[in-house]
Amino acid sequence: MTVSSQANVEESTLVAQARDGNTRAFGELVRRYEGKIFRLAQHITQNREDAEDVLQETFMKAYEHLDQFQGNSKFYTWIVRIAVNQALMKLRRRKTDKSVSLDETIDTGEDTIVREIAAWDENPEQKFSREELGGVLDTAIQSLEPLYRSVFVLRDMEELSTEETAEALNLSVPAVKSRLLRARLQLREKLTRYFKRKGDDAFAYL
Amino acid sequence: MLTCKDFLRELSDYLDESLDKEIRAKLEKHIAECPNCWVIADTTRKTIKIYKGMDAYPVPVDVQSRLMAALEKKMAAKK
Repeated sequence: MTVSSQANVEESTLVAQARDGNTRAFGELVRRYEGKIFRLAQHITQNREDAEDVLQETFMKAYEHLDQFQGNSKFYTWIVRIAVNQALMKLRRRKTDKSVSLDETIDTGEDTIVREIAAWDENPEQKFSREELGGVLDTAIQSLEPLYRSVFVLRDMEELSTEETAEALNLSVPAVKSRLLRARLQLREKLTRYFKRKGDDAFAYL
Repeated sequence: MLTCKDFLRELSDYLDESLDKEIRAKLEKHIAECPNCWVIADTTRKTIKIYKGMDAYPVPVDVQSRLMAALEKKMAAKK
């Protein structure tokens, strides 16, 4: 499975071939998506080791259940769904982490509270080293509830559509939208502490 | 008149540019007049942009070989 002559083959063809037992076709699917799956697993679990497990489990499960893949959705959306489930299960197992609650949060319909309103520089991230920036972004995203984090990761980092995200997370489209808004606003709030323009504290915006 | 609350509710769709022209124009009029909402929209847009550009570790070679070995074993068993 190391040499790929299938780099240009259509995804649906590869899936069909893999279902017929063509191991090279499945190998090509793994090659196509392993980077993306590993990336989203890192962002959701916030842990390298867990992400490695999630990557392996995702493709093993996908292979086992390939005959259940309906073909109504994209193969990628289907494996994202498996990966998110595996990632959320990892978080659930981390019982010491008190911030983890996988239960549906009760949607009270309240708007997300906006406390910090201060303008940022045009490219505020440039004031930080890569390492510092990574730390700031990780800390902020870790503080989101797993389901909010998952919505944000799929929509804004992996750039899935609202519909695909809904499908991958088994949520309705309005539920994805409301969680995305809250996740974005919560991250914005947290990043404002680091990225606000100097001197802007003086403005009494509210 | 559009309130800040209305604006906030539409913020995601506004940033994703998935609103129809009419609502979009209303929101744009609102942020032109409301510095708070302008700041919220601008900093939320930047938040998304910064996260989009965030790095992730590539799949380590040993993890990749472990995955492939496990899959090959499974595939061989299935045959």
